[in-house]
Amino acid sequence: MENKGENILLDIENLKVIYKTDLETVEAVNDVSLAVRRGRTLGLVGETGAGKTTTALSILRLLPSTTGRILSGKIEFNGEDLLKIDENMMRVIRGNRIAMVFQDPMTSLNPVMTVGDQIAEAIELHNGKMPKEEIDRRVENILQMVGIIPQRRFEYPHQFSGGMKQRVVIAIALSCEPELLIADEPTTALDVTIQAQVLNMIKELRDRLGTAMLLITHDLGIVAQICDDVAVMYAGEVIESGSVEDVFTGDARHPYTAGLFNSLPDLHSQAKRLKPIPGLMPDPSNLPPGCVFAPRCESRMDACEAHRPKTVQRGSHRLRCHLFGAGQAPAVGGQGR
Amino acid sequence: MSGQDMPLIQTANLRKLFKLKGGAKLHAVDGVDISIASGETLGVVGESGCGKSTVGRLILRLIEPTSGQVLFNGQDISKFDRRRMRELRHDMQIIFQDPYSSIDPRMSVIEIIAEYIFIHRMFKNKIETFNRAAELMDMVGLARRYANSYPHELDGGRRQRIGIARALSLDPKFIVCDEPVSALDVSIQAQILNLLMDLQEEFNLTYMFVTHDLSVVKHISNKIMVMYLGKCVELAPFDELFDNPKHPYTNALLEAIPEPDISRRGKQMKVIRGEVASPIDVKPGCRFAARCDYCMEICKNQDPELVEASPGHSVACFKAGSQPNP
Repeated sequence: MENKGENILLDIENLKVIYKTDLETVEAVNDVSLAVRRGRTLGLVGETGAGKTTTALSILRLLPSTTGRILSGKIEFNGEDLLKIDENMMRVIRGNRIAMVFQDPMTSLNPVMTVGDQIAEAIELHNGKMPKEEIDRRVENILQMVGIIPQRRFEYPHQFSGGMKQRVVIAIALSCEPELLIADEPTTALDVTIQAQVLNMIKELRDRLGTAMLLITHDLGIVAQICDDVAVMYAGEVIESGSVEDVFTGDARHPYTAGLFNSLPDLHSQAKRLKPIPGLMPDPSNLPPGCVFAPRCESRMDACEAHRPKTVQRGSHRLRCHLFGAGQAPAVGGQGR
Repeated sequence: MSGQDMPLIQTANLRKLFKLKGGAKLHAVDGVDISIASGETLGVVGESGCGKSTVGRLILRLIEPTSGQVLFNGQDISKFDRRRMRELRHDMQIIFQDPYSSIDPRMSVIEIIAEYIFIHRMFKNKIETFNRAAELMDMVGLARRYANSYPHELDGGRRQRIGIARALSLDPKFIVCDEPVSALDVSIQAQILNLLMDLQEEFNLTYMFVTHDLSVVKHISNKIMVMYLGKCVELAPFDELFDNPKHPYTNALLEAIPEPDISRRGKQMKVIRGEVASPIDVKPGCRFAARCDYCMEICKNQDPELVEASPGHSVACFKAGSQPNP
């Protein structure tokens, strides 16, 4: 994230998003800055309610229009601020240059349309004058690419298994050869052996097509195997980010990230008890005044409850924690494995 | 291990076939033998549709088996009438996967926990019943201030604690935990797993822990059974299963887990091809044969029997020791 410019495809700066209802205001995303480099994969990690999906929906400007509101910040895609362009321009980008894969393949496909038609629909929409034969050929190519025999294009979603449906969804997303693919928990609804198949496929296609990816997941294992960079979100903030090496094996670690690693059931350890993070994520409509993690943090100091920490940069590694302010670097528990 | 003691739960050739339209049969559970000693945990692992939840429900007789026996403390409960079955509900309980849909949204937390105690008339009056329910809340780490809250006001972890408190309310000996942590975030998942282990130690509970997640089951189980399409393919003590898996499917499951370790990056995750076959009108032959790298001719024609490959470690695979019939 130092040499800005050329190789940054998506650059989010100080994004702030709220959901406002008559009853309360939820601060879903608070001062989030992220960058996805061209051809690289950024893993966005965090637990339910951390603001991962809200961030993704903001990029595509798909927030629920009645409640969701982007208060401030910049989302630059290829140097162009997506928050400033009009809806018509946005429609050219959405699905074409930035595509999204949602978590649940069962609900993101149209049950009364063949999968071939659904892929063709996306291609037609973004390639106005393409002849029918050309579209057909592209549909068949893309199905083959995601490992589905092209003859199955005349079948309906209910005739596909969960893993196969997710392949169709990925086929639709890749059909217009987007520069950026946002994948929101693409394998969470799948069984492990099928998850491994789909992850391998995503990895292979990404490398072959050179697509940049923003991969949203709660699974640190998937991040370790697939991503180049990581951003860890907690209660609407990015509390730690950097390359996978920085976050998994670096010498400094945010106490929340350390807690996440410790909570994971470890295949290789003999220990019976796990080490959970005590407590729960704060209510996003009522965030603590200081550090958002302070109420659960074992390394809490006076400063943590009083002031919100600033992001500290160490090379490519960014941490938002008072422990790492002013040059001191106490080691935080939780070993990388 | 409890030596010669009688296991608390035992099943013999437990089978459940669901009849479908047109006379086809869905083999949900196809001859499963389970034995769980008192105070121990059997982990049951497999992918969706392998019959793992059905086994749990058959043991509790929430579904009636097609054939086979379920023994509780040595007694065959499949012949119990309603009254005796109702008494038995004191001893056998279940915790469901989804804390959102398994509790009544219109009841307050304390009412949900007290419901079973009322139904089984464990106490003479309301005050004692509610006192007991409040004790249960302490036991599972639910602050008493939530007693009059409704489930929708609580997060997933707390709702699962309600489910656990309710299961404990009748002092059971045996609890089927059906994916109790799958819907929860990792940091909360670890809290609930630790709670279940603490409760087991305190009350000498026996668990059958059903899950699709091998890494979760390792922490809580004494023995682990791996199921594939209604059959047990491997059964072993937990450490043995992880150190020395014998069935190719168990291996595939272990390989498929993405590990939070970047030193293993770059290596392709080893992936088994294909998907689980249909459990409807299953043909003879190993059910994993079509996806197996070591498939031999015999695998396509004969069912491998579950055999003890080493002490305490059983596997159903011709490659790993099952003997072909002449």
